[in-house]
Amino acid sequence: MEKRIYPASLFDANMAAMTFAQKVLSRASGRDVFPGDIISAKIDLAMSHENAALVLRAFKEIGASSLWDPEKVVLLFDHRIPANTTKAAEGHQSVRRFVRAEGLPNFYDLREGICHQVLPEKGHVRPGMLIVGTDSHTTTYGALGAFSTGIGATEMAAVWATGELWMKVPQTFRFNLTGKLEGPVSAKDAILHLIGEMGADGCDYRCTEFVGPVVDEMSVSGRMTMCNMSMEMGAKAGVAFPDHKTKDYLRGRTEAEWTPVLSDPDATVEKEFDMDLTGLSPQVAYPHSVDNVKPVEEMAGIPMDQAVIGSCTNGRAEDLLAAENVLRGRRVADGTRLIIVPASREVYLWAADSGILSSLVRSGAIVTNPGCGPCLGAHQGLLAPGERCIATTNRNFRGRMGSPDSEVYLASPATVAASALKGAIADPREVWA
Amino acid sequence: MRGRVWRYGDHVNTDVIIPGRYLDDYDVKNMARHALEDLDASFAKEVSYGDIIVAGRNFGCGSSREQAPLALKGAGVGAVVAVSFARIFFRNAVNVGLPVIECDATGMFEKGDVALINLEKGILVNETSGATAKFEPLPGFLLEILKEGGLVAHTAKRFR
Repeated sequence: MEKRIYPASLFDANMAAMTFAQKVLSRASGRDVFPGDIISAKIDLAMSHENAALVLRAFKEIGASSLWDPEKVVLLFDHRIPANTTKAAEGHQSVRRFVRAEGLPNFYDLREGICHQVLPEKGHVRPGMLIVGTDSHTTTYGALGAFSTGIGATEMAAVWATGELWMKVPQTFRFNLTGKLEGPVSAKDAILHLIGEMGADGCDYRCTEFVGPVVDEMSVSGRMTMCNMSMEMGAKAGVAFPDHKTKDYLRGRTEAEWTPVLSDPDATVEKEFDMDLTGLSPQVAYPHSVDNVKPVEEMAGIPMDQAVIGSCTNGRAEDLLAAENVLRGRRVADGTRLIIVPASREVYLWAADSGILSSLVRSGAIVTNPGCGPCLGAHQGLLAPGERCIATTNRNFRGRMGSPDSEVYLASPATVAASALKGAIADPREVWA
Repeated sequence: MRGRVWRYGDHVNTDVIIPGRYLDDYDVKNMARHALEDLDASFAKEVSYGDIIVAGRNFGCGSSREQAPLALKGAGVGAVVAVSFARIFFRNAVNVGLPVIECDATGMFEKGDVALINLEKGILVNETSGATAKFEPLPGFLLEILKEGGLVAHTAKRFR
């Protein structure tokens, strides 16, 4: 088993060896903690989207007079923007009123895009932080070396009131990913493969660490995809440890000081998995569970009514670039709708300025405003009974994107783009430039 | 507590417990009307107060939506017994005052059986068949939150 060696200066030699999760949660609780300990942790950052309306209701019922620290709360809308129903508009309105009344400094309304893209872009996320969000994919921020996890609305209200949350210190699963991802095979294929191997509850309650040459090679964007979907195998948090890419990403986004927090090389982890990803095929998760994963060649040819590229999993510049590489100069198949949803305004502007946007639109794509898009089945591309959709999103549960009698298939941006061209599941390696 | 049993399988996810299309409505009565709609359309119509759900692995996997336990509680569900729970659902359930019991009772109950649960002692009884099972009771502070009706009431004590 190959061990990663970290410079001795990065950790205190006198301290008992600890995992990343232990270190962050020890700092947050003010004592040395061990897996299984139940602790009260001080939260560094608390994020909510539309469901801030639900948090707000519980917060008022608690009867606290003010937020524990308004600087540490970030709010925005991304799930239903612009408001798709009157009720959604009322929810937005109640949060806007609260933000104005409290004078909350970190509110992006519906201007910026998906929370998990916007918080890193705006410099709210730094290595070693303890972050909670009322969204299950809050695990995404692990890509920048933060310990971050999803919580519910009521407990977020308690965080708003007290700044603290009870947590169980998790065990750690370490995934050492060796080899090289080839051609259009991407971080999405790697994480789908892992989920297929581990099962939808295979990492329940664990902190999953992603290490090894494949992760070193991966962009911050790819690491976000991996950490984002770590929760689809039950992980409490996913993490890729900071390196020069993390540093480059954070430069210009935050002025705040940060120190990387890494697992000690001799820390005890519950399990280590060595996986050689050499020769990995593009992966597809078939309906109706995220762990129903097969290589694309096994199911190529299944007709698709819709294709979606976007979401907190795969709506970044790198993802649109991969899609454009497949679509450039070609046309989406008749009878298939390709919907592209940039993850954020920053991504949207980049796509516009770089010409990627016009290329995608020329290929026949419909490009919507940045946000969650149709991923959670609220709007912007719902499915009729009997329809099939291949998407770069993160869940394919029954009824996820519309009718309970529709089907969602999960894949990488390149695979979704190739499938949109063919009007059926297709192998992107056949059209990859 | 005592209730009539509804039996479900593994990986009952939050999208089938309360589909995304209904998440703009924060009224618990309306959530309850759609509880488990995409898994079992008969549930919301026929469920009665105190009924108990017995399910397999990874109950409540998926989204962090608190509407999931709220919809079940609003529909009258008295407790969910499952082999295992997804972590956010587990937390949300306790926080909204819906008892969750980790116990493999899948082989012990048929739909419609009557279950009797003692949360503190960790005992589960099928009154219809006579079968019994033991489970590890929740840690004391979680039982306390449940007894107080959820985290709002529990936290509110600090601000009184």
